[in-house]
Amino acid sequence: MLDFPGAKAAFTSRMEFISPNAAEAVPCFRILDDLGRALDGSDIPEIDSSLAVKMYHTMVRLQTFDSIFYEAQRQGRISFYLTNIGEEALNVASAAALTKDDVVFPQYREHGVLMWRGFTLDEFANQCFSNEDGHGKGRQMPIHYGSEKLNYFTISSPIATQLPHAVGAAYGLKMDRKNACAVTYFGDGGSSEGDFHAACNFAAVLEAPVLFVCRNNGYAISTPACEQYKGKHAIQLLAGRGYGMTSIRVDGNDALAVFKAVSAARKLAVEQSKPVLIEAMTYRVGHHSTSDDSTKYRSGEEIAHWRSVRDPVLRFRRWLESNAWWSVEDEKELRGAARKEVISAMNQAEKKNKPPLSELFTDVYDTLPRNLLEQEATLRDTVSKNPPSLAPH
Amino acid sequence: RAYVFGEDVKFGGVFRCTSGLADAFGTHRVFNTPLCEQGLVGFGIGLAAMGNRAIAEIQFADYIFPAFDQATAKFRYRSGNAFNCGGLTVRSPYGAVGHGGHYHSQSPEAFFCHVPGLKVVIPRNPSQAKGLLLASIRDPNPVIFFEPKWLYRLSVDEVPEGDYMLPLSNAEVIREGTDITLVAWGAQLAVMQQACAEAEKEGISCELIDLRTLIPWDKELVEASVNKTGKLIVSHEAPVTGGFGAEIAATIAERCFLRLEAPIARVCGLDTPFPLVFEPFYMPTANKVSTA
Repeated sequence: MLDFPGAKAAFTSRMEFISPNAAEAVPCFRILDDLGRALDGSDIPEIDSSLAVKMYHTMVRLQTFDSIFYEAQRQGRISFYLTNIGEEALNVASAAALTKDDVVFPQYREHGVLMWRGFTLDEFANQCFSNEDGHGKGRQMPIHYGSEKLNYFTISSPIATQLPHAVGAAYGLKMDRKNACAVTYFGDGGSSEGDFHAACNFAAVLEAPVLFVCRNNGYAISTPACEQYKGKHAIQLLAGRGYGMTSIRVDGNDALAVFKAVSAARKLAVEQSKPVLIEAMTYRVGHHSTSDDSTKYRSGEEIAHWRSVRDPVLRFRRWLESNAWWSVEDEKELRGAARKEVISAMNQAEKKNKPPLSELFTDVYDTLPRNLLEQEATLRDTVSKNPPSLAPH
Repeated sequence: RAYVFGEDVKFGGVFRCTSGLADAFGTHRVFNTPLCEQGLVGFGIGLAAMGNRAIAEIQFADYIFPAFDQATAKFRYRSGNAFNCGGLTVRSPYGAVGHGGHYHSQSPEAFFCHVPGLKVVIPRNPSQAKGLLLASIRDPNPVIFFEPKWLYRLSVDEVPEGDYMLPLSNAEVIREGTDITLVAWGAQLAVMQQACAEAEKEGISCELIDLRTLIPWDKELVEASVNKTGKLIVSHEAPVTGGFGAEIAATIAERCFLRLEAPIARVCGLDTPFPLVFEPFYMPTANKVSTA
C-alpha cells in the first residue's frame, strides 16, 4: 500500500493513464417528464397543495415581474435589467427547500429565491429605480438586491466572488452550532473562476456546511458550455469527486426534483457539516441582460423551443392541474393580479425620490473619515454654485 | 468569536507569529487553509460577514495579489450598510529582509491605499504592533496590516503586558525638529532615524513622523509639521512611481504650497522589481536620505 503523505492507494505494475472520457456521463435526476407527469418509480417529495400553489404563485409573479421590468428598461424607465426566464422552477423550488435561517450567497440570476423568502414587489421595484427606499441606497445597478432580514447577501456583479464567502459563512454557522447552512448559486461560467475551485476545496477540507448550486443554463453571455469546460462530466464530477465532495446532477427545470435534491442536500450538509454540490441543468431563455441580444449567437428556434415546450413553469403547472390543485380560472386570475401588482409597484417606485447626496459618502467606512467629510463639503459647495440640474437634496 | 487562519498558521507560521495559538484555542479556531490566497481572504470575508473576527494571514505580502479582487472592500457600501465585513483583518509580512529577492521583499501598500473602504496599517516596532493590531482587529472596517518582516528578528522592544490599543488614522511625531519634516512607516523609520542623526551633526534639526495608518491618513499632523518646517521628504521601500509617497507629496503641495521652501522630495525604491544581489543599491538608504 502507498503510504506517502499525499495519497493512500494501492501500487500497480501497469502504466495506465486515466482517460477523461473513461466513465459514463453522470445521469441527471428528474421526477417529472417534460409534460409534468410523474415518471414511473418516482418518489414524489412531500409537498401539499398549499406549498405547491405557493411555489407556483411565486414562479408566475417572478415571470410577470421579469417581463414588465425588461420592457421598462427598453422604454428607458430604468437603466438596466436582467431576467430569470427559464430558471423560475430552479429558483423557487430550491428556495422552498431551505429554511429562513439558511444564508444565501447569490450570483445575480436568483431573484426567485429572494421573492420566495418574502422580498416584496415594492422592494424589488425600489432597488431597480434606485430610489431612497431601495436596498443599497441607489449605489448599484438595478437587480443588485439584498436583504439582511431575509438572509440574502447583496448581489454583486463580479462572477463567483461569493463562493468563498459562503464557505466562510458556513464555517461560522458550524462553529456557532446553528441548524443552518450556507447556500450559494453560480452559473456554468462561474465554475471556471478561480474562486469556484478555491471555494470547493476549502469547503471540503474545512468541512463547511455549504450547498454549491450550479445553474448550468448553457451560456455565459454568448459563450456556450462547450467553450467553458471540457469533458462531459463538467462541473459536477470535477467538483464532486475532484475536491472530495458529495454531489448530484439534477434536472433544474423539474421543480419537484430540485426541491427533493436540495432538501436532501441541506440535511446532509447540516447534519454532517459537509459541503454538497448540486448541478442543476437548465436553460437561459432570456438574453444575458438588457445589454445583450442573444439572437446574435444562438438560433431563434432554439430559444423558442426552450421558452415554450420546455418551460419549467408550465411543466409544474401541469403537475398541479393533474392533482386538481390548479385550474384555468385560477391561472387567468393569477396572471391578471400579478400584472396589476407589478405595474403598481413600478409606478410607485418610479415616483419616489432618489436617495440624498449624503448617501454618496456614507458606508464606505462605518463612520465618515476626514477625507470624505472634506470631499462632501467641497462637492456641496460646487453643486450650490451650479445649475439646478445637478442639485440633489 | 475570533479565528486565525492562513497557510501554515497552525504550527506557528513561517515567522512564528501564531505559535502556541492552536494549542491554546483549538484547531477549529486556529487552522491551516489550503494554499490559496483568493480563497482564504474570501473565506475570511464570509466569516466576518457573519459577525466574527476573522484574522487572516497572507504568508508574504508578495503573494497577496490573487486576493486583490476579494479585498476591494465594497461589502458595506454596496449593501447600503445591510452587511459588512468589518471583522476582517488581513496580516501580512512585507518589505525587504536582506535576501528576499523578487518575491519575499515587496511593499504592495500603494495598491491597497487606492481602495475606498479599506484601512492600511503599518507598525514600526513590537509595542506599536501590538497596540495597532488590536485596534485593527477591533476596528469595524476591513484592515490590511503589513508587518515589516525585517523587524521580526531585529527589533527589540519593551512591550507592555495587558490589553491596549493605539489609535488608527493617527500619525506620530517620533522625533521633534524644526528644519525639515520626514515621513515614513514600518522598517524605513529605522533608516530615517539614522539619517536624522547624521543630519543633526551638520546642524539640521529633523522632525520625523511615523504615518502608522496609510489610509485614511493623518493629513492634519503632517500639514502642521510642514507648516512649521517648510520642507518635506517622504521615504518608502516601494518603487517611487505611483508609490504612496506621491499621494502625500501631492496633498502637502496643495495644502502647504505657500509655506514650502523647497520641492517635496521622495526617497524611495527604484522602479524595478525587487532585486536580490542589487538590494543595497535599490533601497532608499540613509545616505540617499541624507543627500536629499
